[in-house]
Amino acid sequence: MARRVVVTGIGILSSIGRNLPETIDSILQSRSGIGKLQHLDTPHKKEFPFAEVPWSNDQLVELAQLTDSEGYSRNALLGVIAAREAFHHARLPHLPPLRTGLISATTVGGMDRCELYFNDFLTNDSKNIYIDVYDCADSTEKIADILHIRDYVTTISTACSSAANAILLGGRMIRSGQLDRVIAGGTEALTTFHVNGFNALKILDKIPCRPFDANRNGITLGEGAAYLVLEAEEAARAGKREILAELTGYGNACEAFHQTASAPDGKGAFLAMERALQVSGTDPSEIDYINAHGTGTDNNDIAEGVAIERLFGKRIPKVSSTKPLTGHMTSAAGSVEAILSILCLTHRLILPNLNFTTQMPELNFTPVTTLIRDIDVKTVLSNSFGFGGNNTSLIFKKTPI
Amino acid sequence: MAPFINGIGLISPQQTTNPGVFLPEVMEYAVDFLRAVDPNYKAYINPLAARRMSRLIKMGITSAKIALIDAGMLPSPKGEGSGVGSSPDAIITGTGLGSVEDTEKILTGMNAGEQLMNPTPFIQSTYNTISSQIAITLKCHNYNSTYVHRSFSFESALQDTLLQFAEGAAMTVLVGGIDEMTDNHLQITRRAGHWKMSPVNNLQLLSTRTFGALAGEGAAYFLLGNQSTASTYATLRDVKTIYKLEKPLKLEEAIHDFLSVNNLNVNQLDVVILGYNGDFHFDAVYDQLGSGIFNGTQQVWYKHLCGEYYTSTGFALWLGANILKHQMIPAAVKFNNMPSERLQNILIYNQYRNINHSLLLLSR
Repeated sequence: MARRVVVTGIGILSSIGRNLPETIDSILQSRSGIGKLQHLDTPHKKEFPFAEVPWSNDQLVELAQLTDSEGYSRNALLGVIAAREAFHHARLPHLPPLRTGLISATTVGGMDRCELYFNDFLTNDSKNIYIDVYDCADSTEKIADILHIRDYVTTISTACSSAANAILLGGRMIRSGQLDRVIAGGTEALTTFHVNGFNALKILDKIPCRPFDANRNGITLGEGAAYLVLEAEEAARAGKREILAELTGYGNACEAFHQTASAPDGKGAFLAMERALQVSGTDPSEIDYINAHGTGTDNNDIAEGVAIERLFGKRIPKVSSTKPLTGHMTSAAGSVEAILSILCLTHRLILPNLNFTTQMPELNFTPVTTLIRDIDVKTVLSNSFGFGGNNTSLIFKKTPI
Repeated sequence: MAPFINGIGLISPQQTTNPGVFLPEVMEYAVDFLRAVDPNYKAYINPLAARRMSRLIKMGITSAKIALIDAGMLPSPKGEGSGVGSSPDAIITGTGLGSVEDTEKILTGMNAGEQLMNPTPFIQSTYNTISSQIAITLKCHNYNSTYVHRSFSFESALQDTLLQFAEGAAMTVLVGGIDEMTDNHLQITRRAGHWKMSPVNNLQLLSTRTFGALAGEGAAYFLLGNQSTASTYATLRDVKTIYKLEKPLKLEEAIHDFLSVNNLNVNQLDVVILGYNGDFHFDAVYDQLGSGIFNGTQQVWYKHLCGEYYTSTGFALWLGANILKHQMIPAAVKFNNMPSERLQNILIYNQYRNINHSLLLLSR
């Protein structure tokens, strides 16, 4: 009998809050984090809005409670703050004897330092301390060191579904009995590297993103980090920890269609959601809310919308994309949105798809546009889809006490 | 039950792209880093598509295809054999650095003032491009993931693979480890003390007794299945990663524990493959094991043939699988000389900078 996997802790840092209470406050006010860039220096800051974490690296060092911040990238600072919050939120005791892992996700890694110092790296020894922080594993190992996690440590990168795949792997490893507890999530700092990359693809909107709107015109990039504490149910109950939700399902599918575009029939999205329902043993009619990937690109929202219609038929759950709140946090999006979905369960909410005005002619459903409170939400599905058709869906359920 | 290694595709600095032969001769180099020998990519990738691909993506797709052809799942480039269906139940890749070449193109390009760039390097710089390009080539919609954790990258991919089999979710999994080196990246990471400061002869790597490793690169994909076939090399029994062990004694304990979980003891190991990379400082970890726990075991090394890179255990797994299949240890990889009759169990132990340690166990 496979073990049940529950969520006992949450940590989140984004443009809408430096911790969970601030994030909840922003959600209840429907306050978006999208605005002008203050910290990242790029000529594109006049052209596009961003959902930047509104603190400088020095301020983040304080938030991270670091005594020695030498060799820290912004990516690692964000990750440490959110992972530490998740850890404390779960009120975890000293680690042994429970086998605890850290599965973190990122794509740009420590690129925020590398892009600043690349020419120094090539020509002189002045910034050597930052050479080894540019890869994806650096932030993961810094988090592992701070939280003293040793039993299992790895990093996943599947573009914008990275953190969802970290949660998926954490769930699988607990279910199979390999680990008892996993800190799973992702971190991503804004960099000129990926701002220019997305600009090269011509998919950045000049105004805040408008997912599922007929006039949508691209992504608004964001940054931040989010981690969940996943535990085997019996371990969580034995430790008398508060159970926030149960991770009941996950599905990973590869669209295998195009390196950056989604298939118009939404095949990858359909397969990921279908597999998650299958693993969860959940009928589509039981899903109360879908936190859509909903990037605001022409291509994604049609593909995802069509897939939702195919899978759910006439009984389409409430749907929204929360990217107009947080921006698209790329590799961290999966864990941020998993957390926002869980907050719908714990706080009896459906989150709004801000910036929506005009119905897409291709779709028959309309996203939820204003915050719904005091609503019974038992089962939520969160979608995260990445470049290369790396699509992942997660299902969380309210757990009976 | 442990899955079988049924096909291997390896692109390395040695002549390894023909799975039919096992290290017929050893390539000797006197270089800054060991560069993988490029096969004829056009035999495996549509030339139109290949034109846009950077080298690492071509290495990945090609080595994946060689593994599938070796396993009888794809016809050979000459059309020999039919292939029994080309889609594995999962495609999982480990890469420490992804496409370094594309990342450098973007960083260099941004020096010119962040003008509208060619999007291709950005797309290819995302780490999951290799796994997803293989999926696109095979039209494979199944599970697909990418691990990017230094010298745990390939090991994490293998652990996910073993979990797929344990869950009963897969009958076949295509799993690989792939990394490349460039001149710029060598120059940069040399500053951080990773590499030797001047060219060395790879076959005399250990006689230099200097700090820094000899860098290398390679792409290794493996087709694992839950059934043995005519092409089976070995079974992959277990994989473990160990993050930051402080004391050497703990390492010996960890190895004993790993073997005992798998109902083995050190005396039952016929070969241990060690990750000596020429860095005088960190190779001491292997020396201690060699004169300690593995004192009576046939020791083998491999990084003088492929160099050090985050997914070099792909080369080691190829080596171990071939030693078991051919029941022969090439002289060039023997670190000591112990009498051995039959070769049944092989342990691979690798570490990078005494931080990321890994153990892989394979059996005949």
